Amino acid sequence: MTVLEAENVSVEYDGVPALKNVSFRIEKGEYLAVVGENGSGKSTLIKAILGLTELSSGMIRLNGGIKKSEIGYLPQQTEVQKDFPARVDEVVLSGCLASSGIFPFYASKDKKLAVNSMELLEIASIRKRSFRELSGGQQQRVLLARALCSAKAMLVLDEPAAGLDPLISSEFYFLLRKLNEEGLTIIMVSHDIEAAKENADKILHLGTNIFFFGSADEYLRSETGKRFSGENAKYSK
Amino acid sequence: MLNILSELLAYDFIVRAVAVGLMVSLCASLLGVSLVLKRYSMIGDGLGHVAFGALCIAVAFNMAPLLVSVPVVITAAILLLKMRDNLRIKGDAAIAVISSSALAIGIIATSLTKGMNIDIYNYMFGSILAMDDQDVYLGMGLSVAVLLLFAVLYNVIFTVTFDEDFARATGVNVGFYNTLIAVLTAVTIVVGMRIMGTLLISSLIVFPSLTAMRLYSSFKGVVICSGIVSTICFFVGIVLSYSLDIPVGASIVVLNLAAFLIFFAAGSLKKYF
Repeated sequence: MTVLEAENVSVEYDGVPALKNVSFRIEKGEYLAVVGENGSGKSTLIKAILGLTELSSGMIRLNGGIKKSEIGYLPQQTEVQKDFPARVDEVVLSGCLASSGIFPFYASKDKKLAVNSMELLEIASIRKRSFRELSGGQQQRVLLARALCSAKAMLVLDEPAAGLDPLISSEFYFLLRKLNEEGLTIIMVSHDIEAAKENADKILHLGTNIFFFGSADEYLRSETGKRFSGENAKYSK
Repeated sequence: MLNILSELLAYDFIVRAVAVGLMVSLCASLLGVSLVLKRYSMIGDGLGHVAFGALCIAVAFNMAPLLVSVPVVITAAILLLKMRDNLRIKGDAAIAVISSSALAIGIIATSLTKGMNIDIYNYMFGSILAMDDQDVYLGMGLSVAVLLLFAVLYNVIFTVTFDEDFARATGVNVGFYNTLIAVLTAVTIVVGMRIMGTLLISSLIVFPSLTAMRLYSSFKGVVICSGIVSTICFFVGIVLSYSLDIPVGASIVVLNLAAFLIFFAAGSLKKYF
């Protein structure tokens, strides 16, 4: 079942195109990685999916009765959060806000949901600690737990491994893989092409005059895939 | 101590000032938590200066001070927020420009009409004589609005303050909440600056939350603690100002500084135990 469909999506900021004619679709339970260099419109695409930015043309459709409030979102971390006094459980619980309706109070089922997602991500033991005292990897788990509270249908992540060291980021990718295997649909933006190839079912490559959408295997065999894997290999040596 | 208190409360104007001041300090500290965390601290300072300019012009033209300054400062608050969002103009530079311009315009308006006088001194450094019934009503309305905001929409305020993008994706109208907080801050500043003075009003917004953050690591803890610290510092400050015969605004700021230093020391000690 197709859960999300994008057709000829274009986004402009003050007349400057940030995204041009992007089309793709994602099936239930799939893991899509959106890759491309900086400025290729990856974050813009995420914002368009979440309805945070207006499309200048084209359309994005959610199928199968999915509501926007059922998409969990893990944004890039901001400067503000570095010294923010908030307990882990306060942050995770705020993920339930989308489903709380007109009266923004958390019911006991919300609190249960928050506890479940903390247990799933193995951060239940640090739930009383302050967010600002945690390591980068722990903070990212907390934000993922928050996203899971609203990710009833789909999880959208914007550069989740940015700023994490290699070991921690591979642990993080492993976690995502596990969530995906349990049936969660995932869209992840990343500039880490290697990780994308390893983990995702499908790849969407954005860039100036480059466009690829297909399975990870097809991507490896495609011109774009070869070129960028080649480049990556060169950089890593 | 009790003598001083009963002496203090025998004066109508002091009772009014204490009542309005307590309400304003509570509002300022609650709004301040969100403003400080979002890096909007200097907005309080900028708006204080705008309020000064508006007040001078109102007095120069014999208009009701609140009638002029409330709408002017609210407009300035909304403008400053918009500038913050618009990355082409740097927010801190905008505040500096607006602050000094408002100050200059206010001073010129006063010196052309009434000459530099005791009014200017009071606007700059605050006075407890300035409160009338209108201020009491405005202060009451303001506190009800701010307390309701925090009681009913606490979870939304947390989410918007912690992560605007996430809040937006969740369907929260972030712009509306930012504007609401800016408007309430503007009113807080207009009412509070008459007691605290233009130069000191921003401390009511910034100090309590910074103080609370030294010791508390949860958002709820910081909100509650900063409300308590702020009202205590205000009350003790006004008593101190009366008994030592020092300007009230300065007395409150110094108490806030003392509270900050104590909390800072306690916070540093806490790390070792």
